[in-house]
Formats: sequence, structure tokens, C-alpha cells
Amino acid sequence: MSMLEINDLQVYYGVIQAIKGISFHVEQGEIVALIGSNGAGKTTTLQTITGMLQPKEGNIIFEGKDITKVPGHEIVSMGMAHVPEGRRVFSQLSVLENLRLGAYTRRNKSEVEATLDRIYKSFPRLMERKNQLAGTLSGGEQQMLAMGRALMSQPRIVLMDEPSMGLSPILVQEIFRIIEEINASGTTVLLVEQNANKALSIADRAYVLETGSIVLEGKASDLLEDESIKKAYLGE
Amino acid sequence: MSFVSYLIAGISLGSIYAIMALGYTMVYGIAKMLNFAHGDVIMVGSYVVFYGVNSYGLPPVVSIVISVILCTILGVVIEKVAYKPLRKAASLAVLITAIGVSYLLENLALLFFGSDSKAFPDVLGFPTISLAGGKLSIPGMTIFTIVVCIIIMVGLMIFIKRTRAGQAMLAVSEDKDAAALMGVNVNGTISLTFAIGSGLAAIAGVLLCSQYHVLNPYTGALPGIKAFTAAVFGGIGSIPGAFVGGLLLGIIEDLSSAYISSQLANAIVFAVLIIVLLVKPTGLFGHQIREKV
Repeated sequence: MSMLEINDLQVYYGVIQAIKGISFHVEQGEIVALIGSNGAGKTTTLQTITGMLQPKEGNIIFEGKDITKVPGHEIVSMGMAHVPEGRRVFSQLSVLENLRLGAYTRRNKSEVEATLDRIYKSFPRLMERKNQLAGTLSGGEQQMLAMGRALMSQPRIVLMDEPSMGLSPILVQEIFRIIEEINASGTTVLLVEQNANKALSIADRAYVLETGSIVLEGKASDLLEDESIKKAYLGE
Repeated sequence: MSFVSYLIAGISLGSIYAIMALGYTMVYGIAKMLNFAHGDVIMVGSYVVFYGVNSYGLPPVVSIVISVILCTILGVVIEKVAYKPLRKAASLAVLITAIGVSYLLENLALLFFGSDSKAFPDVLGFPTISLAGGKLSIPGMTIFTIVVCIIIMVGLMIFIKRTRAGQAMLAVSEDKDAAALMGVNVNGTISLTFAIGSGLAAIAGVLLCSQYHVLNPYTGALPGIKAFTAAVFGGIGSIPGAFVGGLLLGIIEDLSSAYISSQLANAIVFAVLIIVLLVKPTGLFGHQIREKV
């Protein structure tokens, strides 16, 4: 049984079909990348999985349970976290308050504190700035905060939407190193990226999305060598 | 000494505006809508206390508690029935619906309670306090009003800063989708906000009618508009802003009617609002909402 299974998912914005019946799966422990150009439907796919959008057809099975109709706010406590596109940190709240909101569904205070300590170890910058308003952080720091906030719910799978967007090459490097670290500590990762090169270099498997359909799938290392991928997404 | 007593009366009136403005500002901050029916919830709450005390002979405190509970329920029902279906609609549609709800409540009150003004009793019956050898006398109700306002304001700030539900409110107020991703029940949080705002409206109604003793179906309308003005004055969405805006508005109104003209008092109040908005469009404590990419 796959950890996450998407079957024939179809999503509409009004009359426009954004996702045209895609199916894919994520196995426990993997990093799976969804790559594709702007408007391919990557973000829509993630938003549908975490209940921000409702699909017209198809279903989403997480750890054997059908979560297609589960309201968005109940999904996080089932073990799935989502780092949204554009980071979406709460800019008027402090770093610490943002992190605590990440653990909103968890009631055990001492366990939350223990997770907080671990997040601070992985992101020492967040500890230094814990009382600063999130809106005053740099883009890279906000991305770290968004990731740390998602990890505060102790997810078994984390969905990341364009974590490298708008960051300098050095920070992109850093963010991808952190994603590998998160994965190494046992969290499954579903990664949406426009930076196909980077995404494929850390992923186990990948799916290529084009205007709402999956056009290619396979081992990330194979896709890195694929001529059509090289041409379309890797800029070679 | 008359200036001091006018000032105290103004602070007391301002405290009532502030409690109402807190309801406006919280609902705006979290649901991003102007609940123009807020003033009419105040009126409904006052009728509940009036009939509780006069017709059913209930002790005032019991009547007030019932009024708070009923207004809380009324607020939540209004939100569920009239506003929630419009959550994704244009804000103009919501605004017009809110005005509609306001007229609905006023006309239902006309139907059930009649158009004649009721003499609202001094339900709490605080004695007047004499200070400075009798030169300055302050009604107990005035002091009570100010104290209640400060307790509510501090209580709300602690609630929002320190509790899980309060933090959820802040999260929803900034970004509903991101809040939902944290596991916050956005609809539940909005309901809670309406519940708190409407409960406060009941308290404001009792304080208002206990000082001015007149109750009719339009009792809440003008104070409601002024409380809205106070909220905008202070910076809509800001809790300290509602408090300061309410107090300033009450003081300006009271001093204008004492020293300039009681007929011009309202005009002066709204003129001050216009000037503040021209100079500082976000209000005294408001901050610009910046879109980030």
C-alpha cells in the first residue's frame, strides 16, 4: 500500500479544467518531485490534496484512508503538512508564534516544546529571531520558518510547494539540503518545483506535469538523463 | 470643576463606544466584513434586559446574563444564515446584506416591541459619588462603565495573545488558507468572533441604556454608526485602536456638546473622523496591509 495515492484526480476552476485526471503515488520514505512549467497544475494538485480545493472527480487515499472529502483543517492532524507556495507565514506574528501555530492541533505541551527544540536545532536562524515578527524576515528565513512551522505538526508526509522560489543560489542549495535532512529523519516528501534540475537531483522518483496531465514519470536519475526533459525543463 | 465632570462623562460615553467598537473591529479583523447589524444587536440585548427586569421581574444581573447569552446566539445565527453563504462573494454584497440584516432587526423590533420609547430603568442602581467636598459628583454608573470597558479590553488582549483560540483568530485574520493548513477551523473561528462581538454588544446595550434611559428599535442605530466611526478612527482591525478611538470619540462628542453646541456635536464627531482619515487613512493604530509576492 502506498502512503499517498492519487487516483484520476480532476479539478476545475469554474468551467476551466486545471487537472485532467492525474494519478500518482508516493511511497513511505520517498522524496517524490512533481515538476512542470508555470500553469501545469502543480500547485493545484497540492492544494487539492490538503483540502484547500475540492476535486470534481477522483480520490485521494492517505495511509489507506480516503481523505478526498475531509475538510482541510482536519488533514494536518492526520499526519500531513503543507508548506504553501509563497511561504504564507503570518507576518504580523513572531517567529515563535508562527511555530506554535504549526503545532495548533497538538495538545501535549511538553511534546510540542521538544519538537520546538528540534526545529531550533535544524534552523538555528529561527531561534536567533524567535521574537522577531515573521514579516521582517528575509525570503530565505521565511522559507525556513514555513518549513519549520509545517514540521511542528510532526507530519509523516510533508508537501512542499516551490520552496526555492525567489531565493539566491546559495539559499536554494541550503533549502534543498534541509529537505534531504527532513527526509533522512523519516519524513516522506512530496515536492513541487520549477527548478527541475535541483528537484530531480534530490528526489527518488518524479512526475512531469503538463497542462493538467502527467506526461512522464520515472526514477529521478533517469529523468535527469532524459533528452526531452533536458530540453524542456533543464535548459540544456 | 465642570470641565472635569464633562471629561468624565465623555470618557464614560467613550467607553460604551469602545466596547461596541471592539465588536466591530474584531469582526472586521477576522471576517474582513463590516457587520452593520452590530448596533441593532445592542438594541435587541437592551430589550431583553428591559423585559427581563420589567415584565418577568428577574434580578438585573440575571437579565443581563440572559441578554449576553441570547445576543451571542443571535450573532452566531446572523453569521451562519446571512454572512457565511457569502464568504466567497464580493465584499459589496456582504456589506449590503449586513445593512439588510440591520433593517430586518429594527423592523422586527418595531413589530414585536412597538415604536414607542420605553423608559429603561437604572437596572444597576449605583449611587452617585461626591468628590472634592461635593464640588464634583460622579454617577456610580459612569465609573462602572469605564471599569467594565477597561476589563473587557484587557481581557480581550490577554485572550488573543495567550490562548490557542486567540492565536487562531490572529492567524485567520491574516491568512485564512494558511490558518486552515495549520489545522485551524476557519468557520469555527469566525463564529467565535461573532459570538464574542455580539456578547459584548449586549453589555454595551445595558451600559448605554442605563445611562440614557431611552429604549426604542432605533436605539442601537446611531451609537452603532458612531462605534464604527470609533473603530475606523482608531484603525479598524486593531483592538487598542478601538479602545482609544472609542474614548476619543466620546470625549470629543461630550466636550463639543458642552462647550460648542449640543446640536453640532455629531457633526463635529464625524468631521474629526474625516480629518483623521485624510491625514492618516489607516486610522490611529492601523497599519498598511502589504501584499508580498
